[in-house]
Amino acid sequence: MSDRIDSDAGRQEAGRNLPPLRLHVPEPKFRPGDTADFSDFDIPPAGAQARPDEVAQPGEMRDLAYGLVRVLDEAGVAVGPWDPKLPAETLLRMLRAMALTRAFDARMFRAQRQGKTSFYMKSTGEEAVSIGAAAALASDDMCFPSYRQQGILIARGWPIVDMMNQIYSNKGDRLKGRQLPIMYSAREAGFFSISGNLTTQYPQAVGWAMASAARGDTRIAATWCGEGSTAEGDFHSACTFASVYRAPVIMNVVNNQWAISSFSGFAGAEATTFAARAIGYGIAGLRVDGNDALAVYAATRWAADRARANAGPTLIEHFTYRVEGHSTSDDPSAYRSADEASHWPLGDPIARLKKHCIALGIWDEERHAAMDKELAEMVHDAAREAEKNGILGHGLHHPMESMFEDVFEEMPWHLKEQQQKMLEEWKAAGL
Amino acid sequence: MEGGGPVTGTMSETMTQASGDVAQMNMIQAINSALDVMMGRDPDVVVMGEDVGYFGGVFRATAGLQQKYGKNRVFDTPITECGIIGVAVGMGAYGLRPVPEIQFADYIYPALDQLVSEAARLRYRSAGEFISPMTVRSPFGGGIFGGQTHSQSPEGIFTHVSGVKTVIPSTPYDAKGLLIAAIEDNDPVIFFEPKRIYNGPFDGHYDTPARSWAGHEAAQVPKGYYRVPLGEARVARAGGALTVLCYGTMVHVVENTVAEMGVDAEILDLRTLVPLDIEAIERSVKKTGRCLIVHEATRTSGFGAELSAQVQERCFYHLEAPIERVTGFDTPYPHSLEWAYFPGPVRIREAINKIMKD
Ligand SMILES: Cc1ncc(C[n+]2csc(CCOP(=O)(O)OP(=O)(O)O)c2C)c(N)n1
Ligand SMILES: [Mg+2]
Repeated sequence: MSDRIDSDAGRQEAGRNLPPLRLHVPEPKFRPGDTADFSDFDIPPAGAQARPDEVAQPGEMRDLAYGLVRVLDEAGVAVGPWDPKLPAETLLRMLRAMALTRAFDARMFRAQRQGKTSFYMKSTGEEAVSIGAAAALASDDMCFPSYRQQGILIARGWPIVDMMNQIYSNKGDRLKGRQLPIMYSAREAGFFSISGNLTTQYPQAVGWAMASAARGDTRIAATWCGEGSTAEGDFHSACTFASVYRAPVIMNVVNNQWAISSFSGFAGAEATTFAARAIGYGIAGLRVDGNDALAVYAATRWAADRARANAGPTLIEHFTYRVEGHSTSDDPSAYRSADEASHWPLGDPIARLKKHCIALGIWDEERHAAMDKELAEMVHDAAREAEKNGILGHGLHHPMESMFEDVFEEMPWHLKEQQQKMLEEWKAAGL
Repeated sequence: MEGGGPVTGTMSETMTQASGDVAQMNMIQAINSALDVMMGRDPDVVVMGEDVGYFGGVFRATAGLQQKYGKNRVFDTPITECGIIGVAVGMGAYGLRPVPEIQFADYIYPALDQLVSEAARLRYRSAGEFISPMTVRSPFGGGIFGGQTHSQSPEGIFTHVSGVKTVIPSTPYDAKGLLIAAIEDNDPVIFFEPKRIYNGPFDGHYDTPARSWAGHEAAQVPKGYYRVPLGEARVARAGGALTVLCYGTMVHVVENTVAEMGVDAEILDLRTLVPLDIEAIERSVKKTGRCLIVHEATRTSGFGAELSAQVQERCFYHLEAPIERVTGFDTPYPHSLEWAYFPGPVRIREAINKIMKD
């Protein structure tokens, strides 16, 4: 083997005292029992981030992938170049949609605890991410959400009774009781059918956007996934396609710090930001204070304008915090410090927008309290209404034979046969 | 790294432990115990997957293992099933014996390429130079109102692939013994855990209170090492009237339905689908002359089709009635109509009546 060139002399000559290799396994800062302390967080002041032109080259704006676009300062004043300067009416509509989303979540979580359905997932603390984006997109732009963007449907004015029918899987459920609660689909609202399989919506959004571009349409697509979900291959396929075809798409990463029990370090956050994933793909990357509804609005608007100008896709990381458990099946006290949420340095998105509206003199505490009360009643009444169509497991579901519909456009012989046999068997059994 | 080879003890194949060494366990505890025993015996065994480390798994199957064996051997992973299995192939190539968890069988699809094209064929394409001795654990099956992405039974996808073994336990005792045998096996094993019976056997009547494993004979599990060999079916009930081939949750549903009907059925719990215990099947069907196949997975190209073909090829002249299959329907797993979908007592009863009529 005299021709070999891959001599391992280097390793041999360095001597026998090479350090043994070590496996790095990430570990979050705080665990149950620890006092959460975020004082070492590097939070740039509101207004400090530059705002490039919408058609800037990705290479000219790399800093934005590592910074944090923030508009609302500590006093609730909107500052800096990213201030979207929204009219009072829009601000108040956003505030209301965020409060309604929170009230809806509270009610439906309770419904699950009362045994009215099998499962629920809240978006508490992340309302600005959905509602800021929905407000900045055109109403006919297409959304490919994950399971935590119920706020988009609410912001688009979708009837909450319809959402509840889905959650109860009852006879009023347009999806015929097929899907797990919260896996909505609302084509008319530009809201794609939600999948339980993580990040599958990412390349699909890119494909929709490519189709829109190929057809010379003006509509763009937007998609969302959690920071944990960026590890899936689909995320990276989507980024590659979006970059190659300069697809008119906005790819949102909702970094709420946790993926069930795994902290963001298991998706790569110890090494870099999620927005910085954009850099390697040559697409625009923005990192945004996800608890600042105005920053979310401004970043989305920037990205939407960019897409509409044929300047390509944008990846936006929304830096936020998952205040509640992952779902009704989860108990976060088993793996994270109980006071992380209350110590979260970026505050509560609703409280921050409310403070802003009050500072502007367009809102006050009394009106806010009255609104909360009104929304709680509205959600309560809607739940009553939906429950008339049934709750899970209490008979008021779609007819049994409907199970075989929609597998295909036309039912093939084998499904017809199975459907027929099922009905006969249940009849024979006296059911 | 030495010490990773299979331990081929014959003595340990049987339950010889003194009663003090036996504990009452549900299926999760039995699986946890199998992992614990194997990590203690073999330093090459590593456990990995989404949420399996500090938290101990969403079903708690890996609880306490990271604390005991450290983060080098029990660790959380990024959420990428393709990555998890690809990494497990690489670790196996180094000489480790990975036991990756896929959080739900419904999420195994992103890993298919690494499983089907890589893990399953590594031994073959390298003529044995490299092997992939991983055991992929994954909860599967319905009955928990999990909707279409927490209910599927994709075992037929894997039994169709050359080079992977497919194992499905139905009791805590078998879960532990089979998992140990799977980990010791030098080929890739898909180990599907029927999550509906993690906490107790299920008789098919969803509207009666759930039972626990307490008091069940097969919940008496030795605390130490033992194997239930791969490739051996278990006679869950001996009988002469007909043979029922089943596995996982359906074993309990069939047992109960047969008891309710008062039929003298012979129930074979297959335990391993590949390699299949063909002798046990042949012996039983030749004796009874009748055969029912029950699985929760969808019907078309399901494992029942393979079983039916095998029985037909080997026992045709002994059959006194056509072979019947009771399976999940060829639809995605619905949410609200879960119990109309589930191949429960109503459908099993109908099929048995039909087979016995001829
Ligand atoms: C392909 C796939 N793998 C695993 C899961 C199980 N799972 C559901 S949600 C989740 C965590 C996702 O975390 P993240 O992406 O951060 O979103 P978040 O829940 O925080 O909004 C996991 C592992 C799944 N649904 N799909
Ligand atoms: Mg997350």
